[in-house]
Amino acid sequence: MAREVRCKTVEEPSLVALAKTHAATPSFKNKTASGSHLSNVHLCISSSCFLSGAGQDVGRSCILVSIGGKNIMLDCGMHMGFNDDRRFPDFSYITQQGRLTEFLDCVIISHFHLDHCGALPYMSEMVGYDGPIYMTHPTKAICPILLEDFRKITVDKKGETNFFTSQMIKDCMKKVVPLNLHQTVQVDDELEIKAYYAGHVLGAAMVQIKVGSESVVYTGDYNMTPDRHLGAAWIDKCRPDILISESTYATTIRDSKRCRERDFLKKVHETVERGGKVLIPVFALGRAQELCILLETFWERMNMKAPIYFSTGLTEKANHYYKLFITWTNQKIRKTFVQRNMFEFKHIKAFDRSYADNPGPMVVFATPGMLHAGQSLQIFKKWAGNEKNMIIMPGYCVQGTIGHKILNGQKKLEMENRQTVIEIERCEPGCCHLSLEVKLQVEYMSFSAHADAKGIMQLIRMAEPRNMLLVHGEAKKMEFLKDKIEQEFTINCFMPANGETTTVITNPSVPVDISLNLLKREMALGGPLPDPKKPRTMHGTLIMKDNSLRLVSPEQALKELGLNEHQLRFTCRVQLQDPHSDPDTLSRIYTHLKSVLKGYTIQHLPDGTVMVESIVIKVSSSAEEPNTKVLLLSWSYQDEDLGSFLSTLLKKGLPSGLSSM
Amino acid sequence: MAAHLKKRVYEEFSKVVQLPQEEAPAKKLRLTKPSKSAALHIDLCKASNPTDALQYLLHFARSSVEAESVEGVVRILLEHYYKEQDNSVRLKIASLIGLLSKTQNFNPESILDDTLNTFNTEKSHQVLAQLLDTLLVIGTQLPESLIVRHRLIEVAYKHLSDTYFGVRNKCLQLLGCLGNVDTPLNKDGQGLVPAVIGGSAPGVSGGVCVRDAQSLISDYFADQDPRVRTAAIKAMLQLHERGLKIQQTIYDQACQLLCDDYEQVRSAAVQMVWVLSQLYPESIVPIPSSNEQVRLVDDSFGKISHMVSDGSWVVRVQAAKTLGNMLQVSPHFLEQTLDKKLMSDLRRKRTAHERAKELYASGEFSSGRKWADDAPKEKVDTSAVNLIASGACGAFVHGLEDEMYEVRIAAVDALSALAQSSASFAEKCLDFLVDMFNDEIEEVRLQSIHVLRQISTNITLREDQLDTVLAVLEDSSRDIREALHELLCFTNVSTKECIQLALLELLKNLTKYPTDRNSVWKCLKFLGCRHPTLVLPLVPELLSTHPYFHTPEPDMDDPAYIAVLVLVFNAAQSCPTMTALFSDHTFRHYTYLRDSLSHLVPPLRLPGRTQAPGVSGIEGSGSVESAQLFLQQSLSRISTIHNLQDPGAQDLLNFTIRDLQRLGELQTELAGAADFSATYLRCQLLLTKALQEKLWTMAVPLCLKHNAMATAAAKQMLEETYKLEFLYSGLENRQVATIHHVRLQAKALQLVLTARTRRGVEPLISVCEKFLQEVESFQRLFVVELPHLQESFVGKLLDLSPKLSACKPGELVKILQTTLRQSGFLNLKLPKQVQRASATIIEPTGESDNPLRFTSGLVVALDIDATLEHVQDPHNTVKVQVLYPDGQSHVIQPKPGDFRSPGPHRHRLITQVYLSHSAWTEACQIEVRLLLAYSSSRLCKAVWSDSSTEGLQPAEGATEGTIPFGKPVKVFIMPKPARR
Repeated sequence: MAREVRCKTVEEPSLVALAKTHAATPSFKNKTASGSHLSNVHLCISSSCFLSGAGQDVGRSCILVSIGGKNIMLDCGMHMGFNDDRRFPDFSYITQQGRLTEFLDCVIISHFHLDHCGALPYMSEMVGYDGPIYMTHPTKAICPILLEDFRKITVDKKGETNFFTSQMIKDCMKKVVPLNLHQTVQVDDELEIKAYYAGHVLGAAMVQIKVGSESVVYTGDYNMTPDRHLGAAWIDKCRPDILISESTYATTIRDSKRCRERDFLKKVHETVERGGKVLIPVFALGRAQELCILLETFWERMNMKAPIYFSTGLTEKANHYYKLFITWTNQKIRKTFVQRNMFEFKHIKAFDRSYADNPGPMVVFATPGMLHAGQSLQIFKKWAGNEKNMIIMPGYCVQGTIGHKILNGQKKLEMENRQTVIEIERCEPGCCHLSLEVKLQVEYMSFSAHADAKGIMQLIRMAEPRNMLLVHGEAKKMEFLKDKIEQEFTINCFMPANGETTTVITNPSVPVDISLNLLKREMALGGPLPDPKKPRTMHGTLIMKDNSLRLVSPEQALKELGLNEHQLRFTCRVQLQDPHSDPDTLSRIYTHLKSVLKGYTIQHLPDGTVMVESIVIKVSSSAEEPNTKVLLLSWSYQDEDLGSFLSTLLKKGLPSGLSSM
Repeated sequence: MAAHLKKRVYEEFSKVVQLPQEEAPAKKLRLTKPSKSAALHIDLCKASNPTDALQYLLHFARSSVEAESVEGVVRILLEHYYKEQDNSVRLKIASLIGLLSKTQNFNPESILDDTLNTFNTEKSHQVLAQLLDTLLVIGTQLPESLIVRHRLIEVAYKHLSDTYFGVRNKCLQLLGCLGNVDTPLNKDGQGLVPAVIGGSAPGVSGGVCVRDAQSLISDYFADQDPRVRTAAIKAMLQLHERGLKIQQTIYDQACQLLCDDYEQVRSAAVQMVWVLSQLYPESIVPIPSSNEQVRLVDDSFGKISHMVSDGSWVVRVQAAKTLGNMLQVSPHFLEQTLDKKLMSDLRRKRTAHERAKELYASGEFSSGRKWADDAPKEKVDTSAVNLIASGACGAFVHGLEDEMYEVRIAAVDALSALAQSSASFAEKCLDFLVDMFNDEIEEVRLQSIHVLRQISTNITLREDQLDTVLAVLEDSSRDIREALHELLCFTNVSTKECIQLALLELLKNLTKYPTDRNSVWKCLKFLGCRHPTLVLPLVPELLSTHPYFHTPEPDMDDPAYIAVLVLVFNAAQSCPTMTALFSDHTFRHYTYLRDSLSHLVPPLRLPGRTQAPGVSGIEGSGSVESAQLFLQQSLSRISTIHNLQDPGAQDLLNFTIRDLQRLGELQTELAGAADFSATYLRCQLLLTKALQEKLWTMAVPLCLKHNAMATAAAKQMLEETYKLEFLYSGLENRQVATIHHVRLQAKALQLVLTARTRRGVEPLISVCEKFLQEVESFQRLFVVELPHLQESFVGKLLDLSPKLSACKPGELVKILQTTLRQSGFLNLKLPKQVQRASATIIEPTGESDNPLRFTSGLVVALDIDATLEHVQDPHNTVKVQVLYPDGQSHVIQPKPGDFRSPGPHRHRLITQVYLSHSAWTEACQIEVRLLLAYSSSRLCKAVWSDSSTEGLQPAEGATEGTIPFGKPVKVFIMPKPARR
């Protein structure tokens, strides 16, 4: 009973053309298409774009899975790099007309990063989806903050219209059903989902989706090495049919986190000791908290006095949630929060614009992370001239940003007096230019929370999937990892492009109710107690009726169906050269069979037949040739095995030297 | 036994329990002790429903049963067992039988048959499991009986195929505890059994096969129930623990179990694989999918290493711990555990460790990096990259980065064990250990510092590594800092820059945490001692001397300056040219420091400067050997005294005691031995003086007021003997005997004195009896030593012993008196190493003039910080005593967690004692001291507690069973009356 599971991927707008072919796939649109969905399962995965080059982390995740007749959307992300329609997934591609609700059974959001949840209000409110949306508690708490912030920037600052409103975000959040770790949630009668811890950011989860015996695990973004505030991703040996894993660092094996941490701390410490100021541009959530914890504990341990500031904004609100969701953090924070919640920072205070000019050492976390605008840029401009100061870039910088430039060693920056430096290229000559000499030290520290190649392999080893599907990465790098996975685990690995569908054939077990009578009869037949590890064959009749499967004894089946039993008998003639008389031949056959078939009941009946179990053997000789005996064998259908064995046995003739009794 | 029972019947019997014949056909009448069993019987009969019966049984379980009545009780229980329908009651009965068979002095063999019979009728699986458990108890009680063992195994074998996991579990446990590997189990009455058991073993049923326990158990490695699999592995381990040799054949099975779905199975399998690797380290196993072969220990090492990245932390801890015990593994495999190949975009990247090493090697050590100087260089061959850590690859890299600190600690411990056995591995794991100094959990940091200290003999720190190590000096945790100081004491560094760096950081530490003063100085002392040649080029800079300018004289009280001097002087000890670089004031400071901090500043040979008296010269250069010789000579001089009454003996003793005391002060290595002998001699001296008193010749009534001195002497002698016995470590039996001998003498003296002062014979009789008991127990305890004591007091006493026990108190006193006078002087043989337990209270210093104010009636916490040396088992023995000016005294027992052990024979007590008192009018000093408690001596508890009844008074300075040691410290406190 091999079945098909199909995966469909991608829909980067530029690739929509490519996707057209499968957009017409009927099974994809019709969720009840397979009335006998037991025999036909589709796992369709349609996934987002994978940007190459710019922004490994700012891709747009959106995957569609069709499994056991259910359609599930995994993540609903947006692309930060575009300002037009391309920033959201093309939902019209899923349903040409009608609302998404009819097509989708549920939507699952793995974590609160905008590239995984940014398009959610757009999808649910503007396109139209009323079904359940699942996310973990912390994600549910923090997600609206980020969405609101995002909305503010796009609408209020950039002045865009036709964007989702605050009310829409609220309405969208009302559709969210929160998930707990390891809690199995029954979406409907057949579909169930379960969340596992994923590390990465607070509340990030991996999801297991299960319909019947088929299952898919979607990892979202995850991290296999624990850090200062989060634990490592963990999953049990759930052996899913498909494991959909991110592969951001498909070709990287990272150095131990301790070296990174130590380097970071040492640099900060040295700078502060010689009276310099340290600027750390960060994105508001995620790594920022990690660095805060790191510095906070270091300050605590080393008894340091220099102030640490955090240029606030949405961080304050988010930090509040970090304090609340202690169960989602790592062992150390969980164990010590009774004495003191680690997120109640003692040394880290809110930043005020005026502090930047204060004398003496200090450490400042400021947003945004790429130094392209806002507070971080302002502070940078103030501090850039002093070689005692230092800037530490903890993340990746897109080309064109100041961050990128200084990381590449540029010592002189031309900048206009406006704050958005990204527009430098576009600005007209004559704008008042400011030349800034970069004297401060520039450091780069990678604190990314994605699993590296080894981590991905480790997760595969933990979950033991039957098939593997890589998403969220660059094609060239994924190729390498794919080869490795296929080589090490000997499982199929797919890496669908945007808009492509992958179909995986599964081999589901179909549960069947067995009648107790039949089972008892089988037990009574003897033999050792059934060993659950070994299959055992038994006879019965399979009745498929009213959407249920039952295995009953043939008699009962006949009774239920009101049918008469038909006897089916095979007869066979075997010619045998034997000089003896008929009865003698018969008794010779009897002795022969007796010696060959031990453990069977063989009877020599007085009416001139030999019965082996229920098989009847008669002997008759033709009139012409008395030496040619014709054996008549007759057996019922149930004894087919034994009957055919006997016929071949007797065809070989009787061994000589058999006494006739 | 029978007679005994019969006797009991007549004595105290009230009820006979007749047992049904079928239960014990051989014995028709069973006699039991009435009280317990009868009551139980009645109770059980009364019980109308299972709940009641269960209640009775539970109640019964709480009371204890004597060995004699166990059998009867069991029989009654069994009787009810057969009647009982309810499973839970039967289960409780079964467990009770197990409990009862553990009763001391009871031979469970007698109830074995009956217990075995129950198996025939039992249908409930749970009860069966409990019955098997009972059998296990019985079996472990009778380890020698082969017959019993075989019968039990028989039962276990029969029930192994049970469908309930619990029964199978218990069967396996039984097999593990009692099974045999060499002799196959008897299954059909023939085989080897008759030879082993010797004839008929009742209850041997016809079986199918003859197999040994091991293969039987290993069949269940593949059981469907994970709990049974676990039990099977545990049973196998049990076999191993019992010393049976496990066959190598199960290795493959065990390895397969490492991939089990259940964590408890995997965890047990790790142990199993480890056991096998220890049993057959050298045998060769093939590597699947290639035709190479490796040693089994290497193979299993790889497999266990793999488990360090298991999904369950329990397994990870187990695996990490186990790795530390696999010392036979080949170095090649061992080093793989620290291996990590970094890669970025398919390009090989060097690890930070490698980069640091290269930077160091290229002579450029700078932290100012450009971006992307760690940029990946060469391209990686994609086919060669092994992403799944096969074998041991990177096991410790994973383990040390684990989320759970339990795993990290286990990994650090394992690293330490492996590094101690392999120098090259120690070198390699250095970077990783140093990284652990940055762990988020203090326990892990502390542990890794300790580990690094343990392996530091094998390694030399590079400058960049030292830098990381020193960064931790600023840690706010005192434990961490002190552990680090301790580490630095044992560290070898490679360059003079390292020394400078270390000194700089230590001075920084000193300014930040002034309380670390002692620890930092000590650390610098060792640093100087170890690296004289590295310090030499730094001296002008350190002492800020200038070729032709006079620099200002530094402040002598500056702890930082003292720290520098300690470093320099200790280096100068083995570097004679260094002294030439000193300026005048340095020499002056040297003399001062040599006097005030003599434990930190070594004696130096200063050219042309012998003006400092007592510095250079004999003691200065006096080696331990010469001091040792002196000690021996003094003692042998003493040994010329044969009798204490000899003229001149007292003078000799006096002089020798003085010499020894001085020697102890000068030679710290011999302080223990010298003190010990001096104390011993003082005891002898006291005895001599007491005996020479005039009072012996005086009439009894007159001597009352004269004997004060003798009484005091006797008492002091007693006290000294306790000090001798418990304050010094490293004593041998010989010395203990000598000490006890002195104690006996003291007691004899006391006895004689009592006899002379008190009237009447009544009190004397009991005292005499006690004394005789002590003599007897002395004889018992020191049988081996008696030949050496021939000529002594005890020797003489024992010669007279038959007479002694018979004679009257008066005679005894006379005998004692003469023996005391005539007995010879017992020579003291010194053991190799005698150390005196000592304690120094570092905090409070007692120098503060500001009283500690608190509201009277409430408590105030006083921080105490003390170092203890050569104290054995301080957790139990060391106590803190607080003496209030009004004579009140409190003894406080510190928590075990307050003791730390920074080094061998050294302990650190950091604790808080809570003080409280009612109001005083004025600030007053209380005294805080440390006491060494001892469990009152084996011999003379009674007398000792007698004599020290007054000892409770603070003036006496000793509470019962404790010896004060270390100097007391005075603290000003001021309890103020509470304001209304």
